[in-house]
Amino acid sequence: MDATTAVDHHEHGHHPTFVQRWLFSTNHKDIGTLYLIFAVIGGTVGGTLSEIMRAQLNFPNNHLVNSGQEWNTIITTHGLLMIFFSVMPALIGGFGNWFIPLMIGAPDMAFPRLNNISFWLLPPAFVLICTGLLMGESGSGWTLYPPLSNSTYEPGMGMDCTLFALHLAGLSSLLGSMNFIVTIFNMRAPGMTLHKMPLFIWSELVTAFLLLLAVPVLAGAITMLICDRNFGTSFFDPAGGGDPVLFQHLFWFFGHPEVYIMILPGFGIISHVISTFSRKPIFGYLGMVYAMVAIGVVGFVVWAHHMFISGIDVDTRAYFMAATLIIAVPTGIKVFSWIATMWGGSVELKTPMLWAIGFLFVFTVGGVTGVVCANAGIDQVIHNTYYVVAHFHYVLSLGAVFSIFAGFYYWIGKMSGHQYPEYWGKVHFWMTFIGVNLTFFPQHFLGLSGMPRRYPDYPAAFAGWNFVSSLGAYLSGAAFLVFLYVCYRTFTSKEHVADNYWGEGATTLEWTQTSPPAFHTYLELPRIS
Amino acid sequence: MRMARRLLAVVACGILNLSIAPFAAAQGVVGAPQPWEMGMQRSFSPIKDRIIDLHDLVLAIITVITLFVAALLIWVVYRYNAQRNPTPSRTSHNTILEISWTVIPVLILVVIAIPSFRLIYYQDRTPDPDMTIKVTGHQWYWEYSYPDHGNIDIESRYVGDDDLKPGQLRLLDVDNQLVIPVNKKIRILTTSEDVIHSFFIPSFGVQRYAIPGRTIETWLEANQIGTFYGECNQICGQNHSQMPISVRAVSEADFKTWVDQAKKAASVTQLPKLASQ
Repeated sequence: MDATTAVDHHEHGHHPTFVQRWLFSTNHKDIGTLYLIFAVIGGTVGGTLSEIMRAQLNFPNNHLVNSGQEWNTIITTHGLLMIFFSVMPALIGGFGNWFIPLMIGAPDMAFPRLNNISFWLLPPAFVLICTGLLMGESGSGWTLYPPLSNSTYEPGMGMDCTLFALHLAGLSSLLGSMNFIVTIFNMRAPGMTLHKMPLFIWSELVTAFLLLLAVPVLAGAITMLICDRNFGTSFFDPAGGGDPVLFQHLFWFFGHPEVYIMILPGFGIISHVISTFSRKPIFGYLGMVYAMVAIGVVGFVVWAHHMFISGIDVDTRAYFMAATLIIAVPTGIKVFSWIATMWGGSVELKTPMLWAIGFLFVFTVGGVTGVVCANAGIDQVIHNTYYVVAHFHYVLSLGAVFSIFAGFYYWIGKMSGHQYPEYWGKVHFWMTFIGVNLTFFPQHFLGLSGMPRRYPDYPAAFAGWNFVSSLGAYLSGAAFLVFLYVCYRTFTSKEHVADNYWGEGATTLEWTQTSPPAFHTYLELPRIS
Repeated sequence: MRMARRLLAVVACGILNLSIAPFAAAQGVVGAPQPWEMGMQRSFSPIKDRIIDLHDLVLAIITVITLFVAALLIWVVYRYNAQRNPTPSRTSHNTILEISWTVIPVLILVVIAIPSFRLIYYQDRTPDPDMTIKVTGHQWYWEYSYPDHGNIDIESRYVGDDDLKPGQLRLLDVDNQLVIPVNKKIRILTTSEDVIHSFFIPSFGVQRYAIPGRTIETWLEANQIGTFYGECNQICGQNHSQMPISVRAVSEADFKTWVDQAKKAASVTQLPKLASQ
């Protein structure tokens, strides 16, 4: 892209060919770009699946999707694609790779080749997961609970493809997180102590630790599942002395930190956007840092709140309920600190700021419904219903995705050298904001009324709110097309932006670099006073 | 104006759960989801009464919090807009504020947690059940056994679209209902023969997974005569949406009659099974 054509003038004698540059890339900016492109592709496929699902659920007794098995495969793939192939590549691989070195004043990541392999494990994983989808054989839900995912009930090779895809994606995250941790601990510019580190770096650091501790547990669980399926073991088969609930424990020991893995980098981005567009330093920096650390730590000891009705003991339920409720405290600290950052500021409602304020609202809604779900007693009637679907889409599909878009509009000028069209950015925001709320808010009602999730067809009583929800999904889908148009306009724009196009509010190190930054930045290390 | 009032009434009904379930003449009340319902299904059991009480409390708290945050957001965007407030302050600390937004949420959580603990211990199991029913999940039907009543064993399958009679609810009605006596504490033991299912009856406020190799205990009690619907609530394969639960709560006398009939029917149709016992 033109990012480098401009840059190559500086880099005498360094003219990588297309293959060298994009396939063998060891440059953090190029790898970041690859991750971002990958996230858009993953999000497009995953989003198409959600449009198919909402179209099927538009009316009861609809026959767009032919069989329950096809349906189950679609929901499985939608979940896995959105998590592993869209949100994580965007927030961690994409923005993390691009901005960790730029914000800490490092020339590149600590292990550039490791960085390359981290990315290139993802495309094969993506192919495998799509194979599972196209073969129609991965109908277990993204939670992969055996016995439904074992060879008796899901005999096809498609399920193995999906499991192996998770192995590859997990390995990719694991290598990436090691790289992040080493980079952040060892390559900060002179003078940048841990307590002077930008919040985005803190968020990526906590995320990397969560990945490092959680992903191996998933890898263990799916290895056992693969052995159960193919090599005659019975880790999760009661007929052989195994236990299906063991899998649930292992899965959620990974799965719960995973949801924080998806939202924490978003917290970092939102902090910078709000500080920049309020022209004020972030309020309560240390509180923000330790709130993230606390969320990361407590996030590891709440996993069984996904299993309140799996027959775990009542005292266990009481503990996991209490631990889960506690997470609301650091989350509350963050929300109030963001608002306090805006308080007294000079708020400019540019597109990234709209996404950030939108984030605060949808994340609050998703957060408070989390408190409802955390009550094991109430969970007894909302577990696995659309209430849960609404809750986690409010924090992820809205929260995490809003932070991705906030980051995109905030940094696209820095990354590409071209500014996005402000008008169309705002159109994109408002269409998405209305669309997603229309989609997911009525799902709270459906859930309270008892509609189970993962149903391709439902009793007539649920028709009304499902219809509204589907309308919202179509609007959100149209909003995504507007986003693609914004990308087109941005990349074909002839205008070039200045180094720090947001002005005095943007204070982190990446704004001292040109837009786009040179192929190799910080040939001389900056000093932080 | 009238429209607005009607809308408000609908919203209030939905949230406060006042929606009136249709009364079917002889069979008593019906516990089923209602069109455009915005709150929980109406309660027909002491467990669900308490769930709704707690949920009303939590819902009130979270609504206030959400509106508070939304109001703050609107206020800062209005008051501290760049045009109205061109020079930003540099305040980035306020110890009292930071302590209060840590401590106040803790206090709110304590208010929620106390009734919540009480509820889960109440829901867990009952010390003095009047009878036991074993619920077994199958791909894709439910099997109900009555160990206290001569091991009556019934299989309950959904009514296909072609066999639906007028008045029957699509994807909720079944061929053989789970029959229980009203106002009795019934111990439920769930298990499964194949994959994991979930035994879920919203109007009783009860739900447990049915997991192969395990038996999970919980309890329920219907406080009115009527028909109550639920659905399988854990993905269990291609016909996951086609194994609903339908419970008929009857008077004690009717229950005895039903037991006798069911036993007689079993002795006629299932002789080999009896012989083996």
